[in-house]
Amino acid sequence: MDFALSEEQEQLQSQARELLARECPTARVRKIMASESGHDPDLWRGFAEAGWLGVLVPEELGGSGLGLLDAAVLLGELGRAVVPGPFLVSSVGAVVALREGGSRAQQRAWLPRIAAGEAVATLALAEPPEPRFDAAGVAARARAAGASTRLDGTKLFVEHAQLADLVLVAVRRGGAGRGAGSPKQPKGPKQPKEPNAAGWQGVELFQLPATGPGIEVERLVSVDETRRPCELRLAGARAPAGARLPRGASALQRVLDACAVAIAAESLGGAERALEEAVAYVKVRQQFGRPVGSFQAVQHLAAEAVAAIEPARSLLWYAAWAFDARPAEASLAASMAKAQCCEVYRKVARTAIEMHGGIGFTWEHDMHLFYKRALANASAFGDQEQHQDRVADLSGF
Amino acid sequence: MDLDLSPEDQAFRDEVRAWLRRNLPKGRRGRPGEVEAGSRERIAFLKDWQRRLRAGGYVAMGWPQEYGGRGASLMQQTLLNEELVRQRAPALIGMMGLQMIGPTLIDWGTEEQKNRFLPRILDADELWCQGYSEPGSGSDLASLKTSAARQGDHYVVNGQKIWTSNAQIADWMFCLVRTDPAAPKHQGISYLLIDMESPGITVRPLVQMTKDAGFNEVFFDDVRVPVENVVGGEGNGWAVANTTLMHERNMLGSTIATQNLFESLLRVARATPRDGRPASRDPAVRRRLASLRIQVEAMRYHAYRGLTATLRGRRPGIEASITKLVTCELNHQIAATVLDLLGPIGSLYRGSKHLVDDGFWPYELMFSLGLVIGGGTAQIQKNIIAQRGLGLPRGK
Repeated sequence: MDFALSEEQEQLQSQARELLARECPTARVRKIMASESGHDPDLWRGFAEAGWLGVLVPEELGGSGLGLLDAAVLLGELGRAVVPGPFLVSSVGAVVALREGGSRAQQRAWLPRIAAGEAVATLALAEPPEPRFDAAGVAARARAAGASTRLDGTKLFVEHAQLADLVLVAVRRGGAGRGAGSPKQPKGPKQPKEPNAAGWQGVELFQLPATGPGIEVERLVSVDETRRPCELRLAGARAPAGARLPRGASALQRVLDACAVAIAAESLGGAERALEEAVAYVKVRQQFGRPVGSFQAVQHLAAEAVAAIEPARSLLWYAAWAFDARPAEASLAASMAKAQCCEVYRKVARTAIEMHGGIGFTWEHDMHLFYKRALANASAFGDQEQHQDRVADLSGF
Repeated sequence: MDLDLSPEDQAFRDEVRAWLRRNLPKGRRGRPGEVEAGSRERIAFLKDWQRRLRAGGYVAMGWPQEYGGRGASLMQQTLLNEELVRQRAPALIGMMGLQMIGPTLIDWGTEEQKNRFLPRILDADELWCQGYSEPGSGSDLASLKTSAARQGDHYVVNGQKIWTSNAQIADWMFCLVRTDPAAPKHQGISYLLIDMESPGITVRPLVQMTKDAGFNEVFFDDVRVPVENVVGGEGNGWAVANTTLMHERNMLGSTIATQNLFESLLRVARATPRDGRPASRDPAVRRRLASLRIQVEAMRYHAYRGLTATLRGRRPGIEASITKLVTCELNHQIAATVLDLLGPIGSLYRGSKHLVDDGFWPYELMFSLGLVIGGGTAQIQKNIIAQRGLGLPRGK
């Protein structure tokens, strides 16, 4: 029994904290978020050199071959610094998809480039009119068209699609969408069924470029300006032979679990930093001739935030560890961590603004960066209620 | 990061489980408040249970061997405690002696004090209660006024303690008294062991909102206590009391009790009809159950994290305050959820027809509210977290 970060993980954490404090203060965050791309190639190169982008990429493919807990440590730091960019979708989501669902050729083609910072990958999962991050949310269609596959449908919240070199798109063979009834099986080569795709039967994962005939990308404007969610429209886009991930359906739940843990980690890092800023502020801000942090009304807000953050951190560590060490527990653990940590972030970010008073409501002050990140994280990769429902199902309630 | 047990610890847990299979009393298992509300027969039964555990080597395992313990690792103490709570073993009636005063005497006591008291604590021959709170000194404990005036080789104690759990069955009290009224408030306090049979002591039960009478007022009227019953030296009581609190390392036990409570809630949710099907199938109920389960699990892993930190030799900081604050509230919320599921049935109490679980849930709702207040109120825990944990300045 040893429930703590390892020495190496603690080192990784402090290195990341130093690098980000130096390279990505909020002044740079604001510059990046004001840019069209929302991405800073120089900063990204630094991440690649530090080995972060390949944290989950196997060593023989140019990565560090570490586990999700290590990635969660990094994400905590990225969340603390509200760093913009595609780290979560590219270095966690897409890497897990390729690692667990891709062919050897697909892995060789992309994983070394993602790890080196030469390619950015993203995920296209949710769809209108009810964007949700599960199998029921996939209605886009894949139909055989000769040797290639024709893809049709609209995807939402495809992060950084404008700069992505690779989009991993979830589609349904033949087009049996939500309540669409059972379609006629189209002609063409039959795809073998995947044995481990529980709940994801009929869903497939394709790798596509983000530009090309039949592919249109349009930027959506998020309240969290560090984000670049996009709409991806596929109208007869052609996926050549070899673009289908052979174990895509069985990888999808793993991808979502990894992303749930990742966004939980990022959220907790943000909550921790927002609280630290607020505590530092109330120690110096004077009213009635004394620091406002000496008032119990203020102290109790801060204490409640600590009492929310710390147990959530323990849950997060467990979920990140279980993803690699106890795969049978991983989905339940991921949903618990996602539901809890993102909710904690929302509450703490709000508390932190209140502790700042009026200044916390200004554009000039950084608090809104955390608040907006918390708002967007809450529903990304499934909102609290969806994950609660999943916890109920997986617990056998 | 590793949640697996070492082979030795695994073997120890197997040994404990095997022992419990042979020795756990049949019939009614332990439940909250069973000591407080215990009949004479139940108290005798609980003393026997402690002696049986002692014969098995499972009492005060962490004490050094010379004082009757096993010098067991914190991990093994934790595993034992975990099994006892998980299997809903009867309460350990000598808890106050085993967890609080015993370890304090081992740290601070004279040889005479250790020889006199420790064996009787182990065998439940003498039960203890804690005399800290006073009518005017609750959260501000150091303002306590119960006085002990030196007269030759005795102190003469006058004053009053309140909320004294189990004073009605205790043989001894470890008590904070003011021996120097002129000294600054933390420095005039001494830690005194008082025989509850002493002339001049009156114990008056306070009936709680649950209708149990588990805590008391204790009045001292010229009670003579030998000076050799001071622990850690005159005027040193505040430091001694703080070590006593450090021995409260029951974190994992309390989170397992919460897991048990949640399991009981789940049983009720499955057995209670709502719109013609089990309440546990109702979407709103399921979300509420999930939300509670997530919090319960978070506290489980939080306890593992705290245990690891302690095993690595880190002093518990604000962790105990976080655990106390969150766990007590969580227990209360679990009970509140059951009452919501039961509807009007949940408002029926002891002696009524149609009770669910013998009326346990309204009792637990009230009992758990008491624990939100007792042992340092939720608000005091928040002060500790803010001031000691975050370094926020104390108010004037």
